[in-house]
Parts: sequence; structure tokens; C-alpha cells
Amino acid sequence: MICWRDAGPAGSIPAAPNPRLARMAWQRKHLLDIESLTAEEITTVLDTATAFKAVGERAIKKVPALRGKTVVNLFIEPSTRTRTSFELSEQRLSADIINFTAEASSLKKGETLKDTARNLEAMNVDFIVIRHSASGAPHFLARVLNAHVINAGDGAHEHPTQALLDTFTVREHKGRVAGLNVTILGDILYSRVARSNLWALLKLGARVTLCGPSTLVPRTFEQMGCRVTHDVEDAIRDADVINLLRIQHERQRKTMFPSLNEYTRLFGLTADRLRRTRPDVLIMHPGPINRGVEIDSDIADGERSVILQQVTNGLAVRMAVLFLVNGGKGPQEIAANPAAA
Amino acid sequence: MQRMLTRLAHEIAERNANGADVVIVGIQDSGVPLARRLGGLLAAIWGQPVPVGALDISLHRDDLDRRVAPTLHPTEIPCDINGRTVILVDDVLFSGRTIRAALDALTDLGRAARVQLAVLVDRGHRELPIRPDFVGREIPTAANERVRVELQELHGRDAVTLERE
Repeated sequence: MICWRDAGPAGSIPAAPNPRLARMAWQRKHLLDIESLTAEEITTVLDTATAFKAVGERAIKKVPALRGKTVVNLFIEPSTRTRTSFELSEQRLSADIINFTAEASSLKKGETLKDTARNLEAMNVDFIVIRHSASGAPHFLARVLNAHVINAGDGAHEHPTQALLDTFTVREHKGRVAGLNVTILGDILYSRVARSNLWALLKLGARVTLCGPSTLVPRTFEQMGCRVTHDVEDAIRDADVINLLRIQHERQRKTMFPSLNEYTRLFGLTADRLRRTRPDVLIMHPGPINRGVEIDSDIADGERSVILQQVTNGLAVRMAVLFLVNGGKGPQEIAANPAAA
Repeated sequence: MQRMLTRLAHEIAERNANGADVVIVGIQDSGVPLARRLGGLLAAIWGQPVPVGALDISLHRDDLDRRVAPTLHPTEIPCDINGRTVILVDDVLFSGRTIRAALDALTDLGRAARVQLAVLVDRGHRELPIRPDFVGREIPTAANERVRVELQELHGRDAVTLERE
């Protein structure tokens, strides 16, 4: 027998509305960063994503919420998993999709980002999902265009949907975010994932520890309200969640540590180190994984790893973001540090 | 209100002699407690448990563009609807657009043998060719009036009130 069971306590229909669902409506027209969101807005996205996750488990995974809308995936910087995830989310919401990649666009011929975007808008597109190597590119587009803009990663600045799906995965497994010890381990300096995660986790009340080589995890991050350590044992001992970040060769201007081997020896999550963590620690990684560098292969596939669940949750979170942003009519405050595009 | 629901339950039982095929589906969120009450009454009439579900229609609405992002509720149907009689339950029938969206949402879940519509209040002013099968009470209204249904489970009391804007 097939049953349809969406979010909510298993086995019963909630008799009264879930108090968590009784909240302020989403007003924003864009999703540019996590920094400017309130804790309530983040919670709204997570709650909405819970409902969308259930849609993804149905036999018919498509809903007509964005029927007749056009989404442009403007990926000026290479990406496979984020783009695929956005594309599938858009398809499940019944939107029409255009994909742009840097190699195949006129940007190669010297067209500016503004002109490319204006041309797209002249074709009456409704959403622009942008990935760009320049921090602030999405904020810039949001100022010059009427379309809804969603940041799919801008430089080393933010990657809001990744942070939302990471937070969603934490909340799904731990039941809450507030009060948890979350350790982000790896290349923090060049990581937009780390910055967005940091904002989301701190806003929701988690205690965050950043750890990695001192060249990649400068003490200045302490100003954001988190703990910084360069001792991996200290960082993972009490962690409820360990989020591992990839060493980003492509974003490093020069080598920030002597060798990958040394990195693994000093900071890699090995079976030996895992034994000295809490037994219920959650191992996360936004991908792509460098097996044997930041994480042992066995741990990545092990029972504490939720790496593939993060991918599944990414769809639900991106559907939720597209859906919420579509309904958003309110003004969007542009973050204080404007575009460099 | 309880009398209205009892009468509705008897009408439903009369129309559907074989209760084993029936699943009651409330439209989120006010339709859900009504569906649960009807399910209880029908279980007593038929002498067997009646499956009761909840259906969220917010992703199927035709006015998503004109509203701020709506709140999503869970869809939860305890059994396969293929080949069954689905009785949709809602509190107030007005334009018919909610029911249109509910029919679409149901189609995504399977192919019901038949769908019947039970509403507590029919206030008229239909904008689509949709009619209810079971009506608790018809209340003629002006377009600028509002029918408010309060339910014990959601609002702490049972009441139907007519408000002028």
C-alpha cells in the first residue's frame, strides 16, 4: 500500500497547527546572503524545505508552483553539483529553465555582467540564479534588474543555499540548532560556504568553532563571535557536528601550507581522530570530497556521515528558496558592502 | 455545528453504502479537523475505522503570484487513493478555486475512483464550475462579507460568523 506522509509527527495528523509554522511571512524578493537574514527568516526557509522534502519523496515529484516562470541559471564560474541541484529544483517546481555557462556565453567576448543580465531581462526572465567569482555580483544584479536574484555562490563571500541546506541537515538530525557545538574544519579563508554557515549557525544560536592551518583560519574570524583554534583535537572533542571543507586549490594564490600530506597529518579527519569525538557526532561535507586529504574514505561512507543526505536536502532547500522568493514582494536591503562586479 | 456534521455524515453514508472504499481528506488547515470529526462519525455509522488524511494545496493555487509566500502544511494521506472514493472536506465553499487546486493536488497522488465534496458552509459566488455534494448549511452572502468558521481544535470554540468588511 502506498501512503503519502509529508512532514509532521509520524503516524498522526497534527490536530492543531504546528506552532513553528505560525510565523512571519517571507517578504524578500531575493536571496543574496545569509548575513542580512533574521533567525526567523532562516527558520521559515527550513520549515518550508521540510514540506518540499516530502514532495520529493512522492511518486509525482513535480508541483506547479512556478509554472510559466522562467529561470536563468547564470553560472559564470564552473559548478556541477550546485547547478544540477538548482536545475532539478526548478524543474520540480515546473519552471522553464535556461542555462548559461561562462564558456558558452558572450562574457567570453567581453560583454559585461550588467549587459548580459539586461539582455536576459529583456527576454522577461523571472529569476536569475547566479554563481560568480566576484563577491557581491548577485547584490549588483539585484540593484540593476527587476528579476528575482538568488546567489548560488559569489567569490569567497557567501553561498547561502549551501548554508541553509547544511543547517537543515543539522536540524533534521539533532532536532535543533541552538546550543549545538559545530566545528567547521578546513579552508575557511577562501570559503564562502564557511562564511554563510557561520552566519546561519550563529544566528540560530549554535556555538561555532573554526579550525584549520593558521594561514587559512585567521584569528580575525573571532570578531564574528566564534571560536578559532589551530588544534584539531581541541576542535573536534566536544563537537556535535563536524563540517569539513575542501581545500580549494583554485582559489589559493599561493600555497598556504607545505603539502597536502602534511595537511592530512595535521588536520585530516582520520579513523583514529574520529574515535576521540562524541559517539553521535555528525560528519558533513559540502563536496566535492578529496578522499584521503580532509577526510578518510571510510568515514565519508560511514554511518555518521550525512554527506549524501546533504545533497538530497539541497533540492528541498532550493525549492523552498525559489518558492519563497517568488512570493516575496518586499524591499530588499542591499548589504552594506556593495558589489565589486 | 455538531448537528450539521452528524447530518453530513449520514448523507455521506447514504451515498456511499460501502464504507470500506472511502477515505476522508481535509484541506489544510481548517478542513482537517472537520475531516477528523466526520471520520469519527462515519466510523460509528459503518462500524469500521475510516482513514482520514490532510491535503495541502498551497503549491497548486492559481494566485501564487499575488500573495506573499504562503505557509506550507503537510500533506498526509494514510492510504493509497487509487481506486478509492475520496471525500474532500473544507469549511467554506466560495469561489471554488481552492477545490480546483485540491483536485490537482489529489491527481498528483493517484487516480481516485471518484471524488466527492463536503463543505460546512456554501456561501455562493462561484467563479468555477464546481458544486458540492454535501453541504452543512447554505448561507447567502454579499461579496464583501466574510464567513468565519472557528473550530474547537484550532480556535478553542465552534462557531460560524458572518462579518461585513
